[in-house]
Amino acid sequence: MNVHANVLAACKPWTREEIAARAARDIPEGFYVNLGIGIPVLLANYVPPEREVILQSENGVLGMGATPEPDKINRWLINASKKYVTLVPGGAYMHHADSFAIIRGGHLDLCVLGAFQVAENGDFANWAMSDTDMPSVGGAMDLAAGAKAVWLLMEHTAKNGASKLMRRCTYPLTALGAAKRVYTNLAVLDITAEGFAVRDIVPGLTFEALQDVTDAPLHRAN
Amino acid sequence: MINKIVQTMAEALAGIRDGSVVLIGGFGSIGQPNALIYGLIEQGAKELTVVANNAGVGHVGLARLMEVGRVRKIVCSYPRTTDPVVFEELYRTGRIELEVMPQGTMAERMRAAGAGIPAFYTPTSVGTKLAEGKEVREFHGRQYVLEEAFFGDVALVEAWEADRWGNLTYNSSARNFNPVMATAAKLTIAQAQHIVGLGELDPEKIATPGIFVDRVVHVPYGEPTIT
Repeated sequence: MNVHANVLAACKPWTREEIAARAARDIPEGFYVNLGIGIPVLLANYVPPEREVILQSENGVLGMGATPEPDKINRWLINASKKYVTLVPGGAYMHHADSFAIIRGGHLDLCVLGAFQVAENGDFANWAMSDTDMPSVGGAMDLAAGAKAVWLLMEHTAKNGASKLMRRCTYPLTALGAAKRVYTNLAVLDITAEGFAVRDIVPGLTFEALQDVTDAPLHRAN
Repeated sequence: MINKIVQTMAEALAGIRDGSVVLIGGFGSIGQPNALIYGLIEQGAKELTVVANNAGVGHVGLARLMEVGRVRKIVCSYPRTTDPVVFEELYRTGRIELEVMPQGTMAERMRAAGAGIPAFYTPTSVGTKLAEGKEVREFHGRQYVLEEAFFGDVALVEAWEADRWGNLTYNSSARNFNPVMATAAKLTIAQAQHIVGLGELDPEKIATPGIFVDRVVHVPYGEPTIT
């Protein structure tokens, strides 16, 4: 058995929903937050009800809410992943140029994106795995350039066990030095001047075991 | 009397030439003017360059236009979306050209075209492959990439309501690229679920003023699907 399989067998990795819920709990009251395709859009279902966090979707929605009940679907209202969502009271629609004025213009406190790879210097890659792959950038480069902070929600390792947290990304970059925090199925990490600082680890997993499945060197958060 | 409402799909799509740059509204299948796309298939124009956020879903609408071989090149931000079966096959076999553009850059390039701005600097894509070969300039200590306005020959948009002057409203997130594209083409054609009398639209709700629209056709099809 390889190291990767041993490590995963020793703990119960967080699910995609648990990763999203964990990130949702960490978003401060009053934040304007864009949610990207993949695990991030799940976050809309986990914002604590007592907290006002305003979610934006690149396709022209400000004030995006949770997944609708099956009998209350608005078939004209979707999120970045093309799934049905709701609009909260106070929500607004806008066209794409205005939506990206919000995104690029520095108005968002945070964007939460998926990623294929992230490096200890904050570089990340989420739009192409090679020069010949079907590249799909969406709004990620605009978000990374414009939001005040970028958090990444992603699997810690690829299916073959390869670490997605690297010293340097090998895939084409989405943005340089933009990522500030990473939530994976195994850990929560800040990206600091020293590199990855581990804030939290899934129960049952040790710091050393986490390091074993992580390409980049890990530090303990203060 | 100004009356931009046409009675048939053939009238709506008349005059579109081979090789045209066609801007097609929508995000996935929401706000994508499928009836106009089928009309364009009937109309017969080929060797088209299509600009749309995604590269078609399933075999309907934009995917069908590609499937029948009318699209030479697609410019989009996110081809790898729900069920892009037709595009995938064409792309893998080298039968369609793809240009990927950051979504906000795509929107702003069309906004600029419609607004008389020939080019602009954006922080998006600095230092990445998508900025290669482009002019980079520093403002206030930060680097920006020069992007040029992007014009369409034709824009196909989906509206919710329309009147005979071409004023348009939209439904929820189906607004997306439609109002931006409507400003950026020489010929803008709208399909609308509802045609209303002049003066019946609340002026505060008109998202596309009629000056940007050339033709309107009534297509009361009901509700879209996401697959």
